[in-house]
Amino acid sequence: MSLVQHAKFSAVSKSRLAGTQTLLYKEVLRFWKVAFQTVAAPVLTAVLYLLIFGHVLSNRVQVFEGVGYTSFLIPGLVMMSVLQNAFANSSSSLIQSKITGNLVFLLVAPLSHLAWFIAYVGAAMARGIAVGLGVLLVTMWFAPLRAAEPWWILTFAVLGAGMLGSLGLIAGLWAEKFDQMAAFQNFIIMPMTFLSGVFYSVYSLPAFWLGVSHLNPFFYMIDGFRRGFFGVSDVSPWASLAVVAASFVVVGGIALHLLRIGYKIRH
Amino acid sequence: MPAISFQDVSKTYFGAKGNVHALDHVHFDIEPGEFFGLLGPNGAGKTTLISILAGLARATGGRVLVHGHDVVTDFAAARRSLGVVPQELVFDPFFSVREALRIQSGYFGVYDNDAWIDELLDSLGLADKASSNMRQLSGGMKRRVLVAQALVHRPPVIVLDEPTAGVDVELRQTLWQFVDRLNKQGHTVLLTTHYLEEAEALCGRIAMLKQGRVVALDRTSALLAGTASTMMRFKMDTPVPPELVPQSRVTGRIVQIKTHDAKEVEAVLAKLHAAGCHPEDLEIGRVDLENVFLEIMQGESKPLPLKAVVA
Repeated sequence: MSLVQHAKFSAVSKSRLAGTQTLLYKEVLRFWKVAFQTVAAPVLTAVLYLLIFGHVLSNRVQVFEGVGYTSFLIPGLVMMSVLQNAFANSSSSLIQSKITGNLVFLLVAPLSHLAWFIAYVGAAMARGIAVGLGVLLVTMWFAPLRAAEPWWILTFAVLGAGMLGSLGLIAGLWAEKFDQMAAFQNFIIMPMTFLSGVFYSVYSLPAFWLGVSHLNPFFYMIDGFRRGFFGVSDVSPWASLAVVAASFVVVGGIALHLLRIGYKIRH
Repeated sequence: MPAISFQDVSKTYFGAKGNVHALDHVHFDIEPGEFFGLLGPNGAGKTTLISILAGLARATGGRVLVHGHDVVTDFAAARRSLGVVPQELVFDPFFSVREALRIQSGYFGVYDNDAWIDELLDSLGLADKASSNMRQLSGGMKRRVLVAQALVHRPPVIVLDEPTAGVDVELRQTLWQFVDRLNKQGHTVLLTTHYLEEAEALCGRIAMLKQGRVVALDRTSALLAGTASTMMRFKMDTPVPPELVPQSRVTGRIVQIKTHDAKEVEAVLAKLHAAGCHPEDLEIGRVDLENVFLEIMQGESKPLPLKAVVA
């Protein structure tokens, strides 16, 4: 069979789904091959936070009634790790491919913008949740923990990782240099995750900062996620779900639109 | 149906310092099975045209079809028909050669492709590098992998953007033998290159781009025949006789006169002697594609270099 005949034959057997699966597989393989750096290192960081903050603040911070500070801290650290690593995965993969030029292999492939979105966000969610699980497995031995409403744990982990994976996609498309990406991470993602109630209940804050916290979508992700463990939360989990789902739809919609127009990748 | 159809393609880059018209109504077809050359100086728009074809850039006017599929509205079908070897030496450092090829194949929806991947690795002299990480390969080897990646989904149309830039002689030979074989098997090949002798040897038809416009488009043989086939070059202290001025170019003492055959050379010499001129260091050379190229690009503003000189 000649090559041209081969081409006709294979054109029939090709499907878009297979292309999407391959890109998702490649994106997962990319972080898994360097799992020591992409999974183990963030787990260690979260454990250090737990040891230091848990030790220093355990008798100083008032959280939920009947919940010890270290127990309270664990879900927050788990979710913070999910969010930060989901963002890091899609953003760093894209900017690396853009800067090294190997994005061309994807650009010449017959993949739709939806395929890109599913693969990049899917892999980001996989890494975020893998790191979150790692943090949970290591930290759960430090304090009593239960899963009062486990469906909230799953829902907020998935939606939060999806939202941050989409945000990472936008940042990866937008940034042209590594320092722009670092600025996005250090000046937007880090403050929003740190000030979202990971380390404290927002009701321990002065009224002004309590109000500000309610404008931060990350707060609802952490609060809803924590609800799954303790059955109590600062706001209703349904309100959190609405905010997080709406954020995901908006951010995901922007990411899809940018991919469709080839923003900064197809000139 | 043409393999590639460029229909009135224009591209303008809009910038703060003014707009750059990279392509200006480029319009031509490439038929299935052709070995087609796209030539032009740096900045002529060759890579922009290929980028639009491959979906890396978008035209501001006109459209491009690959086997009848519009590269924008029917991009998936168009890209499946295309295998693009990019100009830059790029690679994904996370993967081995075989992984990179399997992944690229999967993007096109082709699974279980190892038999063809092995054939590609063999043909390109990469068989013993299949398990090597891309980072460990030399530049030449990386270039071969780029070619394999472009062909992994068995595209009927192959686009090579300066594939031999900075590549050693051995790889150039391997590459051209392989691409020539693919062309003989029915693949359409579109090539841009700076090496005009390669274009002359390989391409059946050639388009020349200058400042975003097609300034020549013909069979390679016709381009060579359309201009004078030989060139006389000599040094002389006296002025060129008036009847020879239209076909002459004078740079200091150096005179170049275009002729078509040996008879015309004799006639020119006779006219020079009749006018009392004494040409020195006479050389007669064959005009090659480089001469044609320079003639078209420079409007004959510089002396043409001679190839295959016969003193």
